[in-house]
Amino acid sequence: MAHAHDSSQERPAILDKVRPAELPRAKLILNDRSFHWITDKVCGIVEEPTPTWWKVLFCAALFIASFTFIGMAYLVSTGTGTWGLRSPVGWGWAIVNFVFWVGIGHAGTLISAILCLLRQKWRTSINRAAEAMTIFAVMCAGLFPLFHVGRVWFAWWLFPIPNQNGIWPQFRSPLEWDVFAVSTYFTVSTLFWYMGMIPDLGAIRDRAKTWWRKAFYSLLAMGWRGGNRQWSNFEMAYLLLAGLSTPLVLSVHTIVSFDFAVSNVPGWHTTIFPPYFVAGAIFSGFAMVLTLMLPLRAIYRLHDVINQYHIDNMCKIILATGSMVGYAYATEFFIAAYSGNAYEKFAFINRAFGQYAWAYWIMVSCNVITPQLFWFKKVRENHSLVWIICLFVNVGMWFERFVITVTSLANDYLPSSWGYYSPTIVDIFTFFGTFGFFSVLFLLFIRFLPLLPIAELKIVSPQADPHAH
Amino acid sequence: MNERNERIHGVACTFRRPSDVFHAAERVRDAGWKCWDVHTPFPIHGMDQAMGLPRSPVPRLTLLGGVTGFLTGCLLTWYMNSYDYPLIVGGKPYWSVIFPFPVLYECTILFAAFGTFFGQFIFNRLPHHHHPLFDLPQFSRVSDDAFMIVLEARDPNFHLDESRNFLLSLGGQEITVIRD
Repeated sequence: MAHAHDSSQERPAILDKVRPAELPRAKLILNDRSFHWITDKVCGIVEEPTPTWWKVLFCAALFIASFTFIGMAYLVSTGTGTWGLRSPVGWGWAIVNFVFWVGIGHAGTLISAILCLLRQKWRTSINRAAEAMTIFAVMCAGLFPLFHVGRVWFAWWLFPIPNQNGIWPQFRSPLEWDVFAVSTYFTVSTLFWYMGMIPDLGAIRDRAKTWWRKAFYSLLAMGWRGGNRQWSNFEMAYLLLAGLSTPLVLSVHTIVSFDFAVSNVPGWHTTIFPPYFVAGAIFSGFAMVLTLMLPLRAIYRLHDVINQYHIDNMCKIILATGSMVGYAYATEFFIAAYSGNAYEKFAFINRAFGQYAWAYWIMVSCNVITPQLFWFKKVRENHSLVWIICLFVNVGMWFERFVITVTSLANDYLPSSWGYYSPTIVDIFTFFGTFGFFSVLFLLFIRFLPLLPIAELKIVSPQADPHAH
Repeated sequence: MNERNERIHGVACTFRRPSDVFHAAERVRDAGWKCWDVHTPFPIHGMDQAMGLPRSPVPRLTLLGGVTGFLTGCLLTWYMNSYDYPLIVGGKPYWSVIFPFPVLYECTILFAAFGTFFGQFIFNRLPHHHHPLFDLPQFSRVSDDAFMIVLEARDPNFHLDESRNFLLSLGGQEITVIRD
């Protein structure tokens, strides 16, 4: 070792002086906005008089949400037959919608947890809204399995609570794992979202003019004072919650995929399901984030805090996860062919060319072909086009769950029990209504809570560096 | 400490830039203060070291929560499927760590998150809705773009006039006495 050390000292220097390359980082906040500008911008959204567009959208969303609740009431009073569920397809739109909405939530958790651990600072502009999206999407998702049990007043039997029959949940069932996974996911996401919001609620409290605003935001802000002793614990807790949410991003949709993969239905019983579901979830979730954030950015003129760099990054994540999903579709076909299992082979040929081929090709064109447009900078810079592509991705991902759920059940082992499933009008209205329910919650969030994280935006602005002069 | 300090919470001053408050905090730390704080609109990078704060104790409660969660999950699944109402499924053992693993995993995360979330509130002593600082008019700017150092009266170093002059020497503005 000593010899090696000596020889390294004798070696002549290649450069006289090391000059680090100037690689400017993309600016996260444009136009050198001040701290006060950030506070004003975000608090202003909550403080301004309720805009007319908000009132109109809120009424429309409430009206659409009523479809879900009327549909659910009709289902409870009549029976699950109103959902078009009959042998052989017992998992129709209800499970499709459940997986669709849970999947959407995953982008919020990815942004708040994994991108936080990876120090992706661009996440700060979108994380609050994306986390809200997660929570509301999980609420929409939860409705479907809850009512799918048929007698919803017995749904509490799924929880480990003693009941009069003296029996307990069966923990070998993936459906029971799902209860734990989704309820943990909802709880942890809500805690994380609320905790991250406390300093910003304090900022709104400090600007409040009327006593009820002061009272409302004081209560929510818990007496936050922004002392560094508080920040120190807060930042540690934030980091730990990010660390705890990271396995949740991967586990929740993994467990959702177990609902399918643990059964032995052809087309479901595959080991690729967990990673393929997780990639699909993030893919659909980012599409939803862009679907929501692009209009909000235009309405509230958030161009300085959500700039082209943010949109580019999100488009690239959609491109990457969309390609993974496309690769997974191909792998499924290959494995089916390679397995030598006649039922498995048939399941996939049937998906592409059977009675649901129309749904399969909608899925492939929306999920595999459309996101490839994001390779082009021109496309990523055309925000109307980005928005439309994201809608296609949302549609495609809904069809992916439809194809998986329905094709495998409609044509399984016994041709004598094959069938063709179609949703009823109740199914369609109940699902359509969840978009209203989601919008009601999201509009309330925009109106009453800080849409962007004020404190975190200040951290990423250049003047926050204590060593800058 | 003298008698008139009894009704005084401390003295506060404001700074306009993160770098100013950062260097002022280093000097307060070096002067040996223990009961003081720096109030900022956002966490300033490196301020924990500048204030000489120890590492946050929140992770202890996270670990406690995680271990509790895992054991709760084990107890729950063992008691329900193996002890109170044994279920035979596929001739497998009544209980093992393998089959309910998703449940144990989720319980671990859930309880660790509770530990972290409530740990933050416990160690920050929140909720705390009545605090003398809320009566200061300039405190409302601390969540916007002002930076504030507060020297508390319970610190042995505290003497009203000396502490005010000390804050003045640090470059603080709007030096104010906070009354309880």
